[in-house]
Amino acid sequence: MWQLGSRFAATGSLPAPLAVMSVIGAEAQSGVLFVNLAITLARVAASFALAMVLGTALGVLMGRNKTVDRLCDPLLIVLLNLPALVVIVLAYIWVGLNEAAAIGAVVLNKLPNTAVTLREGTRALDKNLDEMARVFNLPLGAKVRHVFLPQLAPYFAAAMRSGLSLVWKIVLVVELLGRSNGVGFEIGIAFQLFDVTRLLAYALPFVGLMLAIETLIVQPFERNVSRWRPPHGA
Amino acid sequence: MELEVSIARKALRTASGKTRVVLHDVAFSLRQGEICALLGPSGCGKTTLLQIISGLDSDFEGQIVLPSPHRIGMVFQEPRLMPWRSVAQNLRLVGSSSENELAEIVAALRLSKHLDHFPGELSLGLARRVAIARAFAVKPDLLLLDEPFVSLDAALAARLREELLALVLKRKATTLIVTHNVEEAISIAGRIIVLSAAPGRILADMTIETPREALTQARAAKIKTDIVSVMTK
Repeated sequence: MWQLGSRFAATGSLPAPLAVMSVIGAEAQSGVLFVNLAITLARVAASFALAMVLGTALGVLMGRNKTVDRLCDPLLIVLLNLPALVVIVLAYIWVGLNEAAAIGAVVLNKLPNTAVTLREGTRALDKNLDEMARVFNLPLGAKVRHVFLPQLAPYFAAAMRSGLSLVWKIVLVVELLGRSNGVGFEIGIAFQLFDVTRLLAYALPFVGLMLAIETLIVQPFERNVSRWRPPHGA
Repeated sequence: MELEVSIARKALRTASGKTRVVLHDVAFSLRQGEICALLGPSGCGKTTLLQIISGLDSDFEGQIVLPSPHRIGMVFQEPRLMPWRSVAQNLRLVGSSSENELAEIVAALRLSKHLDHFPGELSLGLARRVAIARAFAVKPDLLLLDEPFVSLDAALAARLREELLALVLKRKATTLIVTHNVEEAISIAGRIIVLSAAPGRILADMTIETPREALTQARAAKIKTDIVSVMTK
């Protein structure tokens, strides 16, 4: 279908699959493709990990403590609704065109979403099990591992899934706007040259990488945390 | 272990902002190893009383005296198992029992075949047995049971009662069992404390012959009539 479409499309707007493959091949051979993919992946990993850890900590704190919740809630609402672009540009202006600003901007875009999801999870914690753990004098470590975390895990998995897709997208924008390497930067170059072949040559391996991470890491984790549920949801 | 309960007043704040007194002048003490049933109509504050004794609720006027250190084994009305852990893990995680002691408890409650199951795969009767096993796994000095046989069919309840009684006698734990069922109380306890409808106060405190074999049919019937007459007065 792609092949067919490329025959009828205006010159340059939809290149043939083979043309794209040959650019992917050339970029792979020179190693530039892998370097850029690795750089983008590293930025995704760093900002994703930071957003999950900080967002979870904030969410759990807000779910358990009403004062913290009241103090942080307006800020969360602002961050949730602020366009990603505004956060990114402000980060680059205030912090400078550096890695810290890039990662920080992505973290700020993802963090409120994680915090809100984990706050819901914390509010939904089973009071009955909490009482059980208190009567049986479960040590704090055991209580966290066996009572709290299994209840939060599905919320964590949901935040992870929606978070990963958001972080991928925002990292590319951040790279386009203020970094001189990574998949987003290469796509920016391709845009300036109106080179769709090059654009696709970077976008496709990137999409492949995202799918691989989703199926190899995110989905197995989700299955693992819901393993104890009976198959028919009794 | 001895338990001394003296509650002058326990009130709950309702959603509409009113206060409702649930317990009023409830005072009694249990001797080491005594098995006592707390009998009363629904809503008379029996569960609240267990919450107070277990330390989960400290918002009341009065005091609970327990020697320290002590270990409490509790069976809630709902089994309250950790659904994401197998039966074996549920028992091991709370317990201080050795593997041998645990195996004995598991055998006494006929749970050997279910150790690898998850709580979601168990019937209510089985989940209750696991909850009872868990309470014994902590080697309790004080055992608190909240309607452990409610909504089980009569035959199953009777069998579970026998198994529970055997474990209690072996462990020699001081036991307080909350129930609204008169026959159940008579069949298991050496002492019955009858609470009134809310606000709960003590209507009667009677001792029953132990061991069970000493209790004649006629005597059991007499106790039952006495209790019913006290409760309906």
